[in-house]
Amino acid sequence: MSERHAYTDYHPRWLRSRPSTYWWLERRAYLSFITRELSSIFIAWFVVYLLLLVRAVSLGDSNYQAFLAWSRHPVVMTLNVVTAFFVLFHAVTWFNLAPKAMVVHLGHKRLPASLISAANYGAWVVTTAFVLWLLLGG
Amino acid sequence: MADKITMQVTRYRPEEESGATVQEYEVPCPKDWVVLDGLNYIKDRLDGSLSYRWSCRMGVCGSCGMTVNGEPKLTCETFLSEYGAGPVRVEPLRNFPVIRDLVVEIGDFMRKLVAVKPWIIRDQEKPLIEGEYLQTPDELEEYRQFSMCINCMLCYSACPIYGLEPAFIGPAAIALAQRYNLDSRDQGNDERLEALSVHDGIWGCTFVGECTAVCPKHVDPAGAIQRYKLTAALEELKSFVLPRKAR
Repeated sequence: MSERHAYTDYHPRWLRSRPSTYWWLERRAYLSFITRELSSIFIAWFVVYLLLLVRAVSLGDSNYQAFLAWSRHPVVMTLNVVTAFFVLFHAVTWFNLAPKAMVVHLGHKRLPASLISAANYGAWVVTTAFVLWLLLGG
Repeated sequence: MADKITMQVTRYRPEEESGATVQEYEVPCPKDWVVLDGLNYIKDRLDGSLSYRWSCRMGVCGSCGMTVNGEPKLTCETFLSEYGAGPVRVEPLRNFPVIRDLVVEIGDFMRKLVAVKPWIIRDQEKPLIEGEYLQTPDELEEYRQFSMCINCMLCYSACPIYGLEPAFIGPAAIALAQRYNLDSRDQGNDERLEALSVHDGIWGCTFVGECTAVCPKHVDPAGAIQRYKLTAALEELKSFVLPRKAR
């Protein structure tokens, strides 16, 4: 809002309670939410790792081999496995959100949410299959 | 089924105490009694000093929202029998200041509601003689879901963002803005976008989704907000890419 409202007018007799410190444990949806917020640090790491990979590739074979050796280090491997889990978690959140944000009409009919969700998951599967084909068979 | 159930009701009497306390009452529990019937029984037979809001007792007026066993509920459509042998804990709606017992202060929501201009805005009204603004059933269907909101504020009570950042305009106000934005008779999108595409507006929402889960009228405020985010992002993009006239 353009002007910030004070929460409510001051009234000495109104009882105001702040949410408990552990409010995020009260419901599964709250826990998912706070997990998404905290895990964004892993998504940032995912982007940094990708940029480091691109940089290593651009600097030539020896740099790339050194990058691969570094990536095999148990600490980096563990970090990347955890990161992969959170990337998956965020992807699923995004695909569940997509049909809520997108309203697609076909003529006068509104496409059902399940179809939009299915199209997103379908595109994901196809892309994954393509990447696997590139890596393993291509 | 037991013929009596214990209700643990939060009391706050500002002239007597500085904080909330819990009072227990035993009430009858016929299978067709809702939590509100239990409260009315307490008020009529056991303790006339208990304060709470209610009106229609049929899920239309939106005044009897309270926290029942930790969940935001309309007490007129929450059956006592759902809680087995009990006890049933009844607290005021969360995230709002409490005036007395189960009565919360709703001024903040009322101000936010007005801020999104929930009425039909026309650039220019057409003369009465030209008749009413017609609408097809398909056009009605575009916003009908959002028009079901009864302002019960259960969504505000379930929203942790509103609890932590009270400046957040909140789920129902955004859903009601969408109700008018999507109405074919309305031309107020730009005005509402100005009020809503800000940090404390739609961008304050992080898609927890509990507003939709607790909504008794299946309005889906979380959906309205995500959809509005897409609209706002596209408008922002247009304002960068297109010259003013073409927008």
